[in-house]
Amino acid sequence: MKESLLKRIWFFYYDGFRSMTLGKTLWLIVIIKLFIMFFILKLFFFKNELGVYNTNEEKSRHVIQELTK
Amino acid sequence: MLLASLVDLSRLQFALTAMFHWIFVPLTIGLGFIIAIMETYYVRTGNEFWKRTTKFWMKIFAVNFAIGVATGIILEFQFGTNWSNYSWFVGDIFGAPLAIEGILAFFMETTFFAIMFFGWNKVSKKAHLLSTWLVAFGTALSALWILVANAWMQYPIGMEFNPDTARNEMVDFWAVATSPVALNKFIHTITNAYVLGSVVVIGISSWYLLQKREEEFSRRSIKIAAIFGLISLVVLIWSGDGSGYQVSQKQPMKLAAMEGLYRSSNGTPLVAFGILNPKKNVSAMVDDSIGYELEKPYIFNISIPQGLSLLANRKFDSFVPGIEDILKGGYTYTDVNGEQQVALSVEEKIVRGKSAIAALALYNKAKEAGDDEGKEIARKQLMDNFEHFGYGFIKNPQDIVPNVPLTFYAFRVMVILGGYFILLFLLTIFMERKSLIGKSRWFQYMAITSVPLVYICSQAGWIVAEVGRQPWTIQNLLPVQASVSGVSSSSVLVTIILFFVLFSVLLIAELAILFKVIKKGPGA
Repeated sequence: MKESLLKRIWFFYYDGFRSMTLGKTLWLIVIIKLFIMFFILKLFFFKNELGVYNTNEEKSRHVIQELTK
Repeated sequence: MLLASLVDLSRLQFALTAMFHWIFVPLTIGLGFIIAIMETYYVRTGNEFWKRTTKFWMKIFAVNFAIGVATGIILEFQFGTNWSNYSWFVGDIFGAPLAIEGILAFFMETTFFAIMFFGWNKVSKKAHLLSTWLVAFGTALSALWILVANAWMQYPIGMEFNPDTARNEMVDFWAVATSPVALNKFIHTITNAYVLGSVVVIGISSWYLLQKREEEFSRRSIKIAAIFGLISLVVLIWSGDGSGYQVSQKQPMKLAAMEGLYRSSNGTPLVAFGILNPKKNVSAMVDDSIGYELEKPYIFNISIPQGLSLLANRKFDSFVPGIEDILKGGYTYTDVNGEQQVALSVEEKIVRGKSAIAALALYNKAKEAGDDEGKEIARKQLMDNFEHFGYGFIKNPQDIVPNVPLTFYAFRVMVILGGYFILLFLLTIFMERKSLIGKSRWFQYMAITSVPLVYICSQAGWIVAEVGRQPWTIQNLLPVQASVSGVSSSSVLVTIILFFVLFSVLLIAELAILFKVIKKGPGA
């Protein structure tokens, strides 16, 4: 019964994706956009400025220094 | 100077991304509800016409959703990179609402979106309809949590500042989630999205009528959109009044900028239409040689007597402070606890802010030295002055005045276009009842032209909200110059250019696909 439900869910999505027409173009756009966002923008242009600090204490100290300088 | 350019570029980058994101979000929210209404007709009547109609608008919804989805994530990238001090200072306040939004969006999108698009012949009619409604409510709920986070920045409550970590810690989730600013903002924003969705449906349907195509489809779509749009607009105006009241109580400088109000008295009028005098500005106030005192704030204005006093305080003869009044202080106001207070001058607030910042430094020095008594003294000094913490970063009192012309004109664009949409919806309902919609080309052109206007109106609303609260990222607690990271201006400039290119390509792609789908029509 459990397997049958999982199968039904699988085929629901599988058939849905296979029968898409306009959806295929839209998915392509979504994938390209996500690739640009996460693998180009995030990786090369948007590093977390506080990421260089390993602990929360170090991050706190840095921000306190920034705010009180 | 370098910092000023970094702050301005970081603001420009954030504004560009937020405004682009907001092109897509309102149509998703607005169209979702209209689609659900149309599908309800289908399930209740069993008429295949409504299924075809619903499916067409779902296509428009899908294109808009696909192009717009995840554009908001770029804003989160920017928090970490360009606004790291701010992100840290905000603490866990954003964490809870944004986590709820993320989880909600994920489950909704993987489950109910899938049923909505893939499930037409696979689940029962009622299960499909339920999914469509859940998507409609889900998109609105998803927006709720973002707006709660935004409202907290405009009116920070329900938190306590921790001087050990320099973070704000949430102590009352419900105070954050149900703050009057958040509730008004949510209703105002959601109804704005419903109005936008309605105008888009009327505009696209009118294009078919102009082409003499899909007459029944267009007329019925227009009827639903006009009624839904009008009801939404009534709620929008009511919540706008509520938002105006909240702004007057929590962000008086924003209200003064919205009105171009420099010096006030009891029974303040509301400017219905006006042209600002460019010579009247706060820089001129500092430099007396320009003759600031002689300059009137408006070249021309039509005002509603005592209107602003009524909006701001619910009393016709009440006092609404202008920009100069806020800078100089000394007037009496009722605080959020309902107690009468005398307003401090901004200079005094700056002194108190500096005291709070100094206390934060002393606290941490005492902590490092193991001086418990010193820590307690510093903590008390910090907490006594914390409500003015952000003023400690302000160099000149005039720096807390936002861009008055931009806020003033954006507010008027929003209100005037809002008035225009009331007329549009009423006219649409009247013309539809008289069966004139299919024959009146002028109406069809008017409806099509209204589509860009509703986007301008929606963006103008956000300009009022966000430009009007400058220089604060968190009202009174953190200004933009203390919020930015130490990144280089040139790298921010590069990303602005990259975003501009990416956003332009995405927008062109959306428009190209949308036009193609519209051209094919619901019969395709």
